[in-house]
Amino acid sequence: MDLALKPEHKAFADDVRAFARANLSPATKAKTFSGKHYDKDDHIQWQKALGRQGWLAYTWPKKYGGPGWDVTQRFLFENVLAEEGAPRIIPFGPKMVGPVIYTFGSDEQKERFLPGIRSSEVSWCQGYSEPGAGSDLASLRTKAVREGDHYIVNGQKTWTSFAHWGDWIFCLVRTSPEAKAQEGISFLLIDMKTPGVTVRPIVMLDGAHHVNDVFLDNVKVPVANRIGKEGEGWTCAKFLLANERLGIAEVPSSKRGVRSLRDIARAEPANGATLADDPAFTAQIADLDLQVQALEMSELRALSTMALGGAPGPEVSSLKIRGSEIQQRITELTMEAVGEYAAPYQPGMLFQDTNETPVGPDHAPPAAPRYFNFRKTSIYGGSNEIQKNIVSKMVLGL
Amino acid sequence: MDLSLSDEQKQLQDAAERFVRDKYAFENRRKIAATEKGWLTENWAQMAELGWLGMAFSEEDGGYGGGPIETMIVMEQFGKGLVLEPFLPTVVLGGGMIAKAGSKAQKEALLPPMIEGKKQFAFAWLERQSRYNLADVSLKATKEGNGWSLSGHKGVVYNAPSADHIIVLARTSGSAREEKGLTLFVVDAKAKGITRRDYPTQDALRASELTFDKVSVGADAVLGKVDDAFGVVEDAVDHAIVALCAEATGCMDAINAATLEYIKTRKQFGVPIGKFQVLQHRMVDCFTNAQEARSMTLMASLKIDDKDSVVRRKAASGAKVQIGKSGKFCGQSAVQMHGGMGVTDELSVSHYFKRLTMIDLMFGNQQHHLTRYSNLAMAA
Amino acid sequence: MDLAFTPEEQKFSDEVRAFVRANLATDIRDKVKNGKHLIRDDYMRWQQALGKQGWLVYTWPKKHGGPGFTPAERYIFENICAEEYAPGIIPFGTKMVGPVIYTFGNDEQKAKYLEPIRKSTVWWCQGYSEPGSGSDLASLRTKAEKQGDHYIVNGSKTWNTMGHWADWIFCLVRTDPKAKPQEGISFLLIDMKTPGITVKPIIMADGGHEVNEVFFDNVKVPLTNLIGKENEGWTCAKFLLANERLGIAAVPQSKRGVAALKDIARAEQDNGKPLIENQSFAEKIADLEIQVTALEYTELRVLSSMAHGGQPGPEVSGLKVRGSEIQQRITELTMEAVGEYAAPYLPGLLWQGSNEEPVGPAYAHLAAPRYFNTRKTTIYGGSNEIQKGIISKMVLGL
Ligand SMILES: Cc1cc2nc3c(=O)[nH]c(=O)nc-3n(C[C@H](O)[C@H](O)[C@@H](O)COP(=O)(O)OP(=O)(O)OC[C@H]3O[C@@H](n4cnc5c(N)ncnc54)[C@H](O)[C@@H]3O)c2cc1C
Ligand SMILES: Cc1cc2nc3c(=O)[nH]c(=O)nc-3n(C[C@H](O)[C@H](O)[C@H](O)COP(=O)(O)OP(=O)(O)OC[C@H]3O[C@@H](n4cnc5c(N)ncnc54)[C@H](O)[C@@H]3O)c2cc1C
Ligand SMILES: Cc1cc2nc3c(=O)[nH]c(=O)nc-3n(C[C@H](O)[C@H](O)[C@H](O)COP(=O)(O)OP(=O)(O)OC[C@H]3O[C@@H](n4cnc5c(N)ncnc54)[C@H](O)[C@@H]3O)c2cc1C
Repeated sequence: MDLALKPEHKAFADDVRAFARANLSPATKAKTFSGKHYDKDDHIQWQKALGRQGWLAYTWPKKYGGPGWDVTQRFLFENVLAEEGAPRIIPFGPKMVGPVIYTFGSDEQKERFLPGIRSSEVSWCQGYSEPGAGSDLASLRTKAVREGDHYIVNGQKTWTSFAHWGDWIFCLVRTSPEAKAQEGISFLLIDMKTPGVTVRPIVMLDGAHHVNDVFLDNVKVPVANRIGKEGEGWTCAKFLLANERLGIAEVPSSKRGVRSLRDIARAEPANGATLADDPAFTAQIADLDLQVQALEMSELRALSTMALGGAPGPEVSSLKIRGSEIQQRITELTMEAVGEYAAPYQPGMLFQDTNETPVGPDHAPPAAPRYFNFRKTSIYGGSNEIQKNIVSKMVLGL
Repeated sequence: MDLSLSDEQKQLQDAAERFVRDKYAFENRRKIAATEKGWLTENWAQMAELGWLGMAFSEEDGGYGGGPIETMIVMEQFGKGLVLEPFLPTVVLGGGMIAKAGSKAQKEALLPPMIEGKKQFAFAWLERQSRYNLADVSLKATKEGNGWSLSGHKGVVYNAPSADHIIVLARTSGSAREEKGLTLFVVDAKAKGITRRDYPTQDALRASELTFDKVSVGADAVLGKVDDAFGVVEDAVDHAIVALCAEATGCMDAINAATLEYIKTRKQFGVPIGKFQVLQHRMVDCFTNAQEARSMTLMASLKIDDKDSVVRRKAASGAKVQIGKSGKFCGQSAVQMHGGMGVTDELSVSHYFKRLTMIDLMFGNQQHHLTRYSNLAMAA
Repeated sequence: MDLAFTPEEQKFSDEVRAFVRANLATDIRDKVKNGKHLIRDDYMRWQQALGKQGWLVYTWPKKHGGPGFTPAERYIFENICAEEYAPGIIPFGTKMVGPVIYTFGNDEQKAKYLEPIRKSTVWWCQGYSEPGSGSDLASLRTKAEKQGDHYIVNGSKTWNTMGHWADWIFCLVRTDPKAKPQEGISFLLIDMKTPGITVKPIIMADGGHEVNEVFFDNVKVPLTNLIGKENEGWTCAKFLLANERLGIAAVPQSKRGVAALKDIARAEQDNGKPLIENQSFAEKIADLEIQVTALEYTELRVLSSMAHGGQPGPEVSGLKVRGSEIQQRITELTMEAVGEYAAPYLPGLLWQGSNEEPVGPAYAHLAAPRYFNTRKTTIYGGSNEIQKGIISKMVLGL
């Protein structure tokens, strides 16, 4: 057992850092550290740079064009990028649909779709949830009816993150209404430019726009866009879920979040000193810091098992739960650190290119919106209640 | 001992409930929030007509002889509707301080018009460095002839855009954070030398940053005694805290009711999600939290005029701790139980959640008041 | 609205305090104050003194021989008894079976049983739970079969608090095995001296003996000991539950507990100063005190609405849940205050007459046993999970 890094891993981390410093635009980096919204270009330019380096699809095996890294390299890559203030890689292409395609797709599909994902030429979004099918995903009703070599798709998807930036959407659709809920579902790739696809924004409680309704009205989708067999889409969905579990804990960005929080505490005046001199407040940061460390060690234990060829054990299942709670707590404490100056609502300040000046300190405007917005982390990707049900059933056998 | 409402108080409660029902349906509130000034003149006039702007003031000040219980009753209903009219800054804070510290002339000039709905106030105490320390004031007032000259900055001043007068807490002597040496001034909001930066807040109220550049006021602008404002301010803020607690209680009732309704109707897995035990128990915890909040608000409303200042201050801080805790629990739980709908702008839950969040941050959050309560309890 | 006592209430309060001071034996008072175990005789002496005054059954209406206190008087009585370190009144007779008898019993039964309860000449215990029936009480299996003018009772009850001191036990028994679970149950009074009854102690986590198993082997019980109609025992059980809810929050005891905790925190040293001057510990006590206040005012609100003819509303239901959590928190913080000196296990010292020397301060050895023992408060009388289940169904309609 050894927590220290081997020399070759140190060298690797240095490479990643050098790459990030050379390729991450200062404007994007500044947004990260000030908690501002990224625009599409921030994400895409950065992801394209990663793509050129062959690092965007960093979790993929070599044979599909990934770097084929070991788990330590993946861990270092994620941590160094977070430290350097890189935006999160939008997961829908590289982490979600990509692996589904190389696992279940045909050779033509692999050739057609994987390069665009690896290079970030094509942006993807995820069309799973529907108004009536949230936690109970298998009850989805968007239907795809076969007509010759096309499906005609009708229905509505909702909560679709970044659909307004998406070139393609991967959808779960019902191809056989008679079958049992899980058995009549297929996995379809749909070009967002196809006639009949309409995207409508959903405004969130912090005033931001990340998610959308997607309406599908007689959308013609070639049968060739179906991944896997008809009626076996649920297998792809479950595979994706399992693939998603690791890394979803967002430990690297939470570590950065704790650091930002300490910086903010040092900058916030309190009783003639700073908030960092207030033991009641610093004790709360310490508590959070320890939670992050416990989470990181759990993740490392899982990685270490995987490095030895084992499957991740039960400890992974709760990573998402604790990870989301920790992310929320960071935003909560950050807002408390800002105090009454969290009250002014300055949506403009959440974008870089504004000539508004902040009311109060620079770090104040995003504090409350982030707290509000981050309530989503215990809801999306399977709510924490659903995650606990899964752990209870699959791990504890209840 | 009797904790029940009198008949008049019940009538007041009914009237406030009716007001909220008629004027503050959720979509209506959204429209009011989107107006330029963020509240409606006609609503304010109606509040005056119903006697609410004067109910907590003595008859000799032109009021109707009520007190904190009456304030609690209306604030609770305001919380249910997320009412936007500036009752707290104008009546509870501004009116409260004038009634407590004002000269006869000041009272006569300011209170009757306020009670009639013709004058509004804002209370400017916070500065960038103050956090929750009411004595951390550096805006300076220096003698200038017979009067004073005010220079410095004030932040997050609620209702400053609409106020006719700003009540400014200034340092006239003493060092930073000293309780002695603070003085209150009633300043005409349009006085020369005041610059305002107005903005909406997260919860759709209006506030401003104010810069005072050699603002001249007469000797008659001093509210209360020179150098001796701290006690008045602390007391007014404690009253405001108790009123906020009542508002928060109303918010919690409303957000709990909306969530209960939602989990009874939203179906997943073929059943209303309220059939799942985790949600049932969380919902029960929400109701228990709201009950505790109501109890502490009532306690504080009953004690906030106590003769003993330790009793008063402990009451306000104790209630604020409870409201912080319960408000966070009910707000976060409501959002979670609504799933994706909870984080949208569309439903009322997220708006109650935001208001509850901001109430915790106003005049000291849960942790601040826990420390204050603890220190007071220790000293006793 | 007014918090102050009326002159009559003030007079009553003085009267109660004078009575307790004159009638509570010093040795009993000291045991309560120092957290020592009480023996049967201690309880009986105090309860008989109250009985003579007519105050033992202080919740009973006048027509059944109670004092007919107003809600405010009840509050005052409970608080002063706690403040003066009176032992808690054992509820099984006074608060449980008594009200069941005067509500559902016939005149002979009232004549026979009520007077000894009012005077505390008979000790009652409660026989509801069984090894297979805890939360799911209605599944109970102890059966009573009619034989002439007797029932023959067979089965076992468990968790009988102070059953080893009891003269009588009130039991739920199954009289109709074919009916639906709730419909075949009857409410029986059984003399503990009847042949066929065996009591076996259960030792608790803190080493103490307060609960027992009770075995019934062909126990002959006269039919006249049946309360209410045969197979309608569930009605009595539910009535008792509702009756129990008020007062179960144990607010006066918790107020006393917080005061004792403060005394300990003043006596304990921390970095050369009394522990109570440690800001973070003082804040934990403050938080607890606020919780107690919230609970007390909730109870006062209920009492006040009852005084105006109202029925206890939904707010009562949460009282037991919060009350039990608060009791636990007091013992937890007390143990934390004692620190490592909570470790020595000195069970002998829990009894008054012991001449063992304490290790560390006199209160230290009690801290851990009390913490362990008080875990029971969220389990007995219907666990907190069951309480929440009830509220969810009855109050929220879920
Ligand atoms: C006041 C302040 C607080 C800060 N707090 C933090 C902090 O707490 N943590 C931190 O790391 N950095 C923090 N920073 C630094 C920095 O701003 C952020 O880390 C940065 O990465 C922005 O993250 P984001 O959530 O906006 O974007 P991303 O994490 O890239 O997410 C963008 C959007 O993708 C969607 N999305 C994400 N995951 C999923 C999913 N699984 N399924 C569906 N949709 C999904 C969501 O709609 C989300 O809004 C803070 C900075 C400041 C000034
Ligand atoms: C910001 C954001 C981004 C998103 N991005 C995407 C996206 O890109 N693509 C996509 O397809 N989806 C996306 N989603 C949808 C997300 O996956 C769903 O919101 C989530 O699955 C919950 O579904 P719901 O919102 O319908 O809530 P519901 O399923 O209605 O749940 C409401 C409440 O009931 C609880 N509940 C439900 N069932 C149970 C149960 N059996 N036991 C206990 N509790 C239960 C839930 O935990 C929750 O608290 C996004 C959501 C958000 C908020
Ligand atoms: C100190 C002590 C004194 C007692 N005194 C008496 C007495 O004098 N007379 C008497 O008759 N009884 C007495 N009891 C028994 C007491 O009422 C039972 O212990 C209690 O009802 C719980 O039953 P159980 O112990 O069988 O636990 P179980 O019913 O087995 O419960 C175990 C756990 O499961 C949970 N659980 C069970 N069902 C549900 C559900 N539907 N939903 C969610 N959670 C659930 C419970 O909350 C608990 O956490 C006493 C108990 C104790 C500890």
